[in-house]
Amino acid sequence: MTAPANRLIPDRLQSPLTRALRSWEAVLVIVAIAVFVTNAFASPYFLNAWNLSDATFNFTEKAMIAFAMAMLIIAGEIDLSVASIIALVSTAMGLAIQAGAGVPLLVLIGLTSGLLCGAVNGFLVAGMGLPSIVVTIGTMSLFRGISFIVLGDQAFTGYPDGFDYFGQGYVWWVFSFELALFAVMAVVFWALLHRTNFGRAVYAIGNNATAAQFSGIRVARVRFILFLLTGLTSGIAAICLTSRLGSTRPSIATGFELEVVTMVVLGGVSILGGSGSILGVVLAAFIMGMVTFGFGLLNVPGIVMSIFLGLLLIGVIAVPRLLRGK
Amino acid sequence: MSILKQREALLALAILLLIGLVATRFPAFVAPGSLVNVFNDTSPLILLAIGQMIVILTKCIDLSVAANLALCGMVAALMNGAGVPLPLILVAAIALGAALGAVNGLLVWKLGIPSIVVTLGTMTIYRGVIFLMTNGAWVNAHQMSDDFKALPRAVILGLPVMSWVALAAIALFTVLLTRTPLGRAFYAVGGNPHAAVYTGINVGRTQCLAFMISGGLAGLTGYLWVARYAVAYVDIADGFELSVVAACVIGGVAIAGGAGSILGAVLGALFLGVINNALPVVGISPFWQMAISGSAIVVAVAFNAAQSRTPGRIILKPQEAR
Repeated sequence: MTAPANRLIPDRLQSPLTRALRSWEAVLVIVAIAVFVTNAFASPYFLNAWNLSDATFNFTEKAMIAFAMAMLIIAGEIDLSVASIIALVSTAMGLAIQAGAGVPLLVLIGLTSGLLCGAVNGFLVAGMGLPSIVVTIGTMSLFRGISFIVLGDQAFTGYPDGFDYFGQGYVWWVFSFELALFAVMAVVFWALLHRTNFGRAVYAIGNNATAAQFSGIRVARVRFILFLLTGLTSGIAAICLTSRLGSTRPSIATGFELEVVTMVVLGGVSILGGSGSILGVVLAAFIMGMVTFGFGLLNVPGIVMSIFLGLLLIGVIAVPRLLRGK
Repeated sequence: MSILKQREALLALAILLLIGLVATRFPAFVAPGSLVNVFNDTSPLILLAIGQMIVILTKCIDLSVAANLALCGMVAALMNGAGVPLPLILVAAIALGAALGAVNGLLVWKLGIPSIVVTLGTMTIYRGVIFLMTNGAWVNAHQMSDDFKALPRAVILGLPVMSWVALAAIALFTVLLTRTPLGRAFYAVGGNPHAAVYTGINVGRTQCLAFMISGGLAGLTGYLWVARYAVAYVDIADGFELSVVAACVIGGVAIAGGAGSILGAVLGALFLGVINNALPVVGISPFWQMAISGSAIVVAVAFNAAQSRTPGRIILKPQEAR
């Protein structure tokens, strides 16, 4: 299991600057710069404001979910059903346009159905005390299964005018609505995790749920809220993705859960819970987005990118452990 | 122990009830030939569920089984195309599967990476490798030799070879788990890893062996799958790992490790197999399959938890809302 921590108390503590320079986030910044420079040399089309703006669509939707997923993983749980929630939410919105709903109602339906899916996971894990891995593997096939029941091999199209803004609109110049939303959510989740009692409770539960319970934290309630948050962010991502694609198929967003978890782990969040930061997730999102975009410019097929993603997921955890000589 | 026995009896009863229910409206479903078909169709799921069950027993999970199956199946098909004799292909498929399992196992053992992360990663890597080998091309029936395709379908004593392989695996691994030190070790590692260390069991090595068994079975199933359906491509058995985990959970295998039986996993697989085969007979769209197996997982895991809840005193009551 985990190695016992070094009990030595040093004479002089590290200065905040050295600590910041030696942190995982600093490594990520260096990697991000390296990826950026490599891309700029590898393809003449990379350094173009509009191309770079297009590149952000590779990660914004996944990163929105990754913020909530990071908190969930820090608390020692996991949600593998996020991609299926996207499918179900998108289907719910598709049904709503068939019934003639307008844009505000569509958004409301998207958010509430996301929350509902999160509540189902939250009830099963926090309410009934079931292991989150199995529960969300189950709801992963349940939620997408419902989409398949509704849609079969059909697709919903014909989203109303104005709905396309969420996935295709621009706030100012090359800054898309999705990128702006991503930035706002990054700040909100940063504040929530690093500046509130709730965030403290999340770390406490991830490090020792029993001790957290004994120190007066309502563990089950925090867990439930965290699942609500992943459901909600999946709902938001579903609105953006549906708006960007302009259609709903039951196979929408397949494999997103892998990319979201990879993003979170690459961002330095411990998969065993208890540590990690939102800044790391933001940096990881940029790195993954730029790598994907760079590969795309070089005509590398999607499945090769997914090999790279798999290697990245394992490598990111393996390399530090190898270096520590474990 | 009596609870475990009860649980498997319960599941067997549920399966019989399900078959009976379908039979009341479609008597042809219970004809011996039809039931043999159901068992044969479920054989790949049974084989993988046995391997998965052993992995889960040791507190791990193997999400890469379906990708492993697809990769080994593709390699078997390509070897066949190169004119390699069938026995050699079989050995190679099992060896390659076990090697891919060993990759998972070694990452878990030597680097202590959680198995869910390792296998989530290798799942995409293994499938990606198929694409790298073939550039996305399919290997179709006419590119496979006749004996390659005939083996899983050959009927011996009324059962196809594929079913016999599943039966053999059930027998072999039941003996392994209940009658050998290694079987004991699998249970010990999952039941209490710390205690297992003190009894002289190498926890990581045991987990690695579990992954190799799961991988080897996936490799064998890969050949059977490709030969039976006479086609190999990147996406075969896509998402099959979920059904495999579902079969184990339904079969009462505790996801926290240390509890479960081969019989349970097999019955769990048969439960899903009967549902999958009955749906088209009853006239329900196959699009329902995914949602049904999803709900089955959730219900089964809730049922498992309710059954294994240990009685005890609550010494600290959760604080009431103010």
